[in-house]
Amino acid sequence: MMEKRKGASLVFAVLMAAAPDPRWAQMQAAVNSAQSAGDNAWMLVSAALVLMMTGPGLALFYGGLVRSKNVLGTMMQSFVLMAVVTVLWAAVGYSLAFGGGTPFFGNLQYIFLHGVGAAPNPDYSPVIPQQTFMIYQLMFAIITPALITGAFAERMKFSAMLLFMTLWALIVYFPMAHMVWGKGGLLNAFLGGKVPCLDFAGGTVVHVTSGVSALVAALYLGKRKGYPSESMRPHNLVLSFIGACMLWVGWFGFNAGSALSASSLATSAFVATQFGAAAATLGWVLAEWLRTGKPSVLGAISGAVAGLVAITPASGFVGPMPALVIGFLAGIVCYFMVTTVKRTFRYDDSLDAFGVHGAGGTLGALLTGVFATSAVNGGLKDAAGSPVALGLVDGHPMQVLYQFTGVAIAWLLAICGTLAVLKICDLALGVRVEPEHENIGLDVSLHGEEAYDFEGSAS
Amino acid sequence: MKKIEAIIQPFKLDEVKDALLGSGIDGMTVTEVRGHGRQKGHKEVYRGLEYQVDLLPKVKIEMVVDDDRVEDVIRTVTRAARTGKIGDGKVFVYEVAEAIRIRNEDRGEAAIG
Repeated sequence: MMEKRKGASLVFAVLMAAAPDPRWAQMQAAVNSAQSAGDNAWMLVSAALVLMMTGPGLALFYGGLVRSKNVLGTMMQSFVLMAVVTVLWAAVGYSLAFGGGTPFFGNLQYIFLHGVGAAPNPDYSPVIPQQTFMIYQLMFAIITPALITGAFAERMKFSAMLLFMTLWALIVYFPMAHMVWGKGGLLNAFLGGKVPCLDFAGGTVVHVTSGVSALVAALYLGKRKGYPSESMRPHNLVLSFIGACMLWVGWFGFNAGSALSASSLATSAFVATQFGAAAATLGWVLAEWLRTGKPSVLGAISGAVAGLVAITPASGFVGPMPALVIGFLAGIVCYFMVTTVKRTFRYDDSLDAFGVHGAGGTLGALLTGVFATSAVNGGLKDAAGSPVALGLVDGHPMQVLYQFTGVAIAWLLAICGTLAVLKICDLALGVRVEPEHENIGLDVSLHGEEAYDFEGSAS
Repeated sequence: MKKIEAIIQPFKLDEVKDALLGSGIDGMTVTEVRGHGRQKGHKEVYRGLEYQVDLLPKVKIEMVVDDDRVEDVIRTVTRAARTGKIGDGKVFVYEVAEAIRIRNEDRGEAAIG
């Protein structure tokens, strides 16, 4: 997940040994400080980019796909999570995810952000303040539950959604983030995990957990009234288009930012992200064009998102050509998931959170085990200090098995955790809105507002 | 007095309106409507879900004219609105019982002139 920048320091160490002049020490301190400023600048920008993915990116993407009577309710779900998860993160979330502790969840060493300040945490990134790392990781914790909202769009109670997301973050997200990225986490390849799983930017942590939980939620809540016989056409694909473009741009912060420094590894992840998204766009459009005779805008933007999802776990481990392959496969597989598979099994994953994030995340996580190479990411070293082989292409087929284990654990945690949380919410509040509220739409019935007032604007 | 109601293709609105103004008609009401006659709708596909869209966008023009102008207006509208394909629309003619100008309460033909 990270790359320690030793090259420059090494040069200075050698020079200092040759010429023990106090000015060398000053110069090294100045260079380190400049590098750290560069790293910190990039990470703060990345954090802002990832937040922009949720609001307005995902809110627009999802908002355009629902009917006009539910657009505000849908956008509100994403937006309110920006607030809820932030408060939760400050209280316990960061500590449960990134504190030390068991292989499954963190301890309370950072409760209320105790001790999280300007000093770097060398376990995660030695070059940026821990506070930067903390705020960057928060943005991932925000978008992950927001992705789930696509599955139960147009029919979940707002109150139940708030309780669901709070409990879901505690039971599913924080433990999963700890297992994959936290110190001593079960699946953390870089910090002593028993099952060394490679997940650069959140294929399992973000996309498998949210996508699989989405499917569970869609099945638990049941179909929308009238689905699929009544028309539930997207009410404004222009909104979705703008949202998808913002997701694409924001994803550079998501993936390249996961290098946790302004390093060449960040560049590599940036490049892989672009190639994955591009190939997946073409894959989806091609599949759709051959199947229905028309290449749709919704298909193109859905393909781009599918590719971005699939390249996420691989982005810091693969070169541009494997990125094209992963993206192209994701475009085709996710198209197949949201059309044929969804129709065959007749579930109402309304905005295809499972078909795109669950399927794309699973595919990407598995293919990471195939294409990951130490030529791109030499961060994992053996006892002698040389980079170890990563994926199948490096001659390490076991990695595919580790990836499979990581994916299986993410699926299991998502299914069990989401079912338990839904049951609690259902008993406490009831998860589904009243039928008449569903007819009227969530905007008026839950929020007392309407998105579009054409009559008012004419007078 | 007769009311003439023409339902036409939306893209023909400007042509029909200009022809009517050219023929001396100076009042009309235009509404965007949806509907269909013999013309078939079209199919839309969103992530594999197919929707048959039967009601197509049309434009409705309403005018009230003196009896002796009716044939002239019908001719003007049909010529301007025609493409020769199914979906060009229809013209309906109704009797009008009374017309009142709100500003000064003129009645009958004085109100529509």
